[in-house]
Amino acid sequence: MDYKPDIPGNTFFNGEMAAKGYNLNKMFHSLNSAAGREAFRADERAYCEQYRLTPEQTETVLNRDLIRMIELGGSIYYMAKFAGVLGLNVQDVGGLQTGRSTEEFQAYLDSQGRGKTHG
Amino acid sequence: MAKIIGGITTSHIPAISNAMERGLEDTPYWRDFFAAYPPVRKWLEEQQPDIAIIFYNDHGLEMFLDKKPTFAIGCAAEYENADEGWGIATIPTVTGETELSWHIVNELIEHDFDPTVCQDIKVDHGLTVPLRLMYPDQNYKHLKVIPVCINCERHPMPKPSRTFALGEAIGKAVESFPGDEKVVVFGTGGLSHQLDGERAGFINADFDEECMDKLVSDPKALTKYSNYDLVRLGGSQGVELNMWLGMRGTMTGHVEEIHRNYVAPISNTGAGLQLLRHTPKR
Repeated sequence: MDYKPDIPGNTFFNGEMAAKGYNLNKMFHSLNSAAGREAFRADERAYCEQYRLTPEQTETVLNRDLIRMIELGGSIYYMAKFAGVLGLNVQDVGGLQTGRSTEEFQAYLDSQGRGKTHG
Repeated sequence: MAKIIGGITTSHIPAISNAMERGLEDTPYWRDFFAAYPPVRKWLEEQQPDIAIIFYNDHGLEMFLDKKPTFAIGCAAEYENADEGWGIATIPTVTGETELSWHIVNELIEHDFDPTVCQDIKVDHGLTVPLRLMYPDQNYKHLKVIPVCINCERHPMPKPSRTFALGEAIGKAVESFPGDEKVVVFGTGGLSHQLDGERAGFINADFDEECMDKLVSDPKALTKYSNYDLVRLGGSQGVELNMWLGMRGTMTGHVEEIHRNYVAPISNTGAGLQLLRHTPKR
């Protein structure tokens, strides 16, 4: 079986990516706790160092560069906790990753819609 | 013998719980979604199942990458929900089940499935949102829940054919349990969506409706897909179809669809709802 089929714009979060991104994802996972969120907010760079992120991974956190973050092993399930700390919802995150505003991203979702008679 | 009376498939998106928390059910964005749920709630009220087996995936509350089961089954007397980091309201304690669940574990291992067995796990929105949707007043204490958790977050993931077979083995285990419990099975999550990367926002309503059709009449056809096929056709989180297949696998008798709804987009997702009635083989 082909373990990495080519789907444009898609990264398979597999063993290779999980190995690369372990510390990064572990840091995001720690944001489940209020104490973790508080420590992260107080000093993002120091918090990244505490979890031994690579300098490049740390930059993606500080710059909110989600696409590069995925390339460096970030998993969207744990990145969602980071997005939550930033006050972003999944439409904001979709927009950030696709070069759209949140409203443009919502319109893209709506363009594929079905079954709505109201909203 | 215990009996599987039916199956329910439903989306488990966190935004649903947020909308309920804020009382938005009847607002334009949400109306078509929530309006489909009362018939399912009524069916549950009429049928009064004793036990719910809930197929879900954990999005990083209990099962992080450090120790990540491919298949896990809860055998605990109760389950707590907890802070997931981004503000979804927690729900009251979920009642567990400790007899049928162990019987299922024994039967699975006897039939060559080797799940992780959990006596103390927190359950996340994958399980709690469906429960809240079915019991909006959160009066679900009477319902004994058996969580079945499937890895949908990190490849390699269990194949759709394998997840369906797990469901079949669970269904047979329920049928061999010496009791008269009524069991309902939930398949949660899905349908098409992709949250990550430049392909974020991908939805495939045609594929979703095809899956809902085949889930009723020809579920084996869906087990021919690989998880890579599901990513291509349904987005990277489209693999959550596996929970629906696990649910469907448990029903080995006659299956009849008695309710369905499909709305897209709800948040970034194609949101499906099905109520399936099961008549076991005699």
